[in-house]
Amino acid sequence: MTAPIGLPALSPEEVQRYSRHLILPQVERAGQQRLKAARVLVIGAGGLGSPVALYLAAAGIGTLGLVDFDVVDVSNLQRQLLHGTGDVGRLKLDSARDRLRDVNPHVHVETYPTRLTSANALEIIGDYDIVVDGTDNFATRYLTNDACVLLGKPNVYGSIFRFEGQASVFSTINGPCYRCLFPEPPPPGMVPSCAEGGVLGVLPGMIGTIQAAEALKLALGAGTTLAGRLLLVDALSMEFRMVKLRKDPACPACGTRIITELIDYDEFCGAANVASVDGDDEVREITPTELASLLLDGADVDLIDVREPREWDFAHLAGARLIPLDTLGDAIPSLDRSRQIVVMCRSGQRSASAVLQLQAAGFRRVKNLAGGILRWSDDVDPTVPKY
Amino acid sequence: MTIAVVVPNALTPYTSGAGTLRLDAPCATVADALSAVAARWPALTDRVLTEQGELRRHVNVFVGDESIRFLNGLDTPVLDGATIMIVPAVSGG
Repeated sequence: MTAPIGLPALSPEEVQRYSRHLILPQVERAGQQRLKAARVLVIGAGGLGSPVALYLAAAGIGTLGLVDFDVVDVSNLQRQLLHGTGDVGRLKLDSARDRLRDVNPHVHVETYPTRLTSANALEIIGDYDIVVDGTDNFATRYLTNDACVLLGKPNVYGSIFRFEGQASVFSTINGPCYRCLFPEPPPPGMVPSCAEGGVLGVLPGMIGTIQAAEALKLALGAGTTLAGRLLLVDALSMEFRMVKLRKDPACPACGTRIITELIDYDEFCGAANVASVDGDDEVREITPTELASLLLDGADVDLIDVREPREWDFAHLAGARLIPLDTLGDAIPSLDRSRQIVVMCRSGQRSASAVLQLQAAGFRRVKNLAGGILRWSDDVDPTVPKY
Repeated sequence: MTIAVVVPNALTPYTSGAGTLRLDAPCATVADALSAVAARWPALTDRVLTEQGELRRHVNVFVGDESIRFLNGLDTPVLDGATIMIVPAVSGG
């Protein structure tokens, strides 16, 4: 393979470092130069972003962009190998930059310590050739998808839950996009996050390395990517299944192209999706500090925790009672409408959905615990463990 | 006839933990199979279909390796020995 003109040269140290690539007929020196010329943006420096960034850096991707606003928490370390115990409390991107510099000092790492939003996504993504979606929420996934479709950038998708993962490549020329597969997000509270449902630590490693392989193939122009296919991995049974994905001609992003600009994705994925019977669709909130002072004053408050029993066993508020979200509908007849009700979950999302459900059933004295048990632990009682 | 329904981790709380359901009932279509599932695991079907009986927009059902969205929807025929796979959106990363 002859090196195309304009690609960056490899130094003798790089030739030595990438020798196992250079002897691959699908890579050779020109392919390695393509990797060096490539600009890949990894959105999320967590479970998926860790193996993606580590392997892309090691492989010699020339410019690696990372987007994340979060700080390292001790509960991340079970799976997020970019970060170590000494990094707890640091910005994930500071920790990631140090680690990646050690893995491969030839890689230029650009960091964006911000939340990806409709206001900045086109500008950030526009600077890159390939995007890797390692986000942990639906709003950012739809945002990433729409921005990639609008800009014509391939979007290497991965997603995980408990023991299962999904991987594909979206938004290639003539290929399907994320909205072709999932036209709309689930109603809030219907699909738990990994924070709520758990995830096997090695699973993001399995899916993230698949995403890294796809990003490398896209940069090399080698092989057959997952575009038009969805890989489903079940680590518990260790089964890998492949299904076909098709481009939906009615897709508002890549089909009819009705979506010509980015929208409010929090609204798209949030409470706007919950049907309200009587229009009382505003979730009234109470902060942990306000609730603590109410309880100190001896107020009669029905504290309802809508998490799963396993989460309840891990941590709960004194005086609360467990009614998992799935069973709330059945429990409604037994609830006292005249009492003040405060609903809580881990971070306040599922409980917001429960508040809307109660309001739709005619409850008027019901509030959501803002920030959930996590914020209660931060603001009121640090002995309640965070998870 | 025997049909296998593969249930994702996110929905096994509604199948007493079972990841694969074996249906021995006669089923001509995906809708028939989901009705047979609903007879024993109604909460599972509630998470696949809306109250109006339509496929939820964040859930895909595959017969073999094809999505029923691009076949005949819930009227997609199923043959003896078919595998139906339920694939909901998951957001973890």
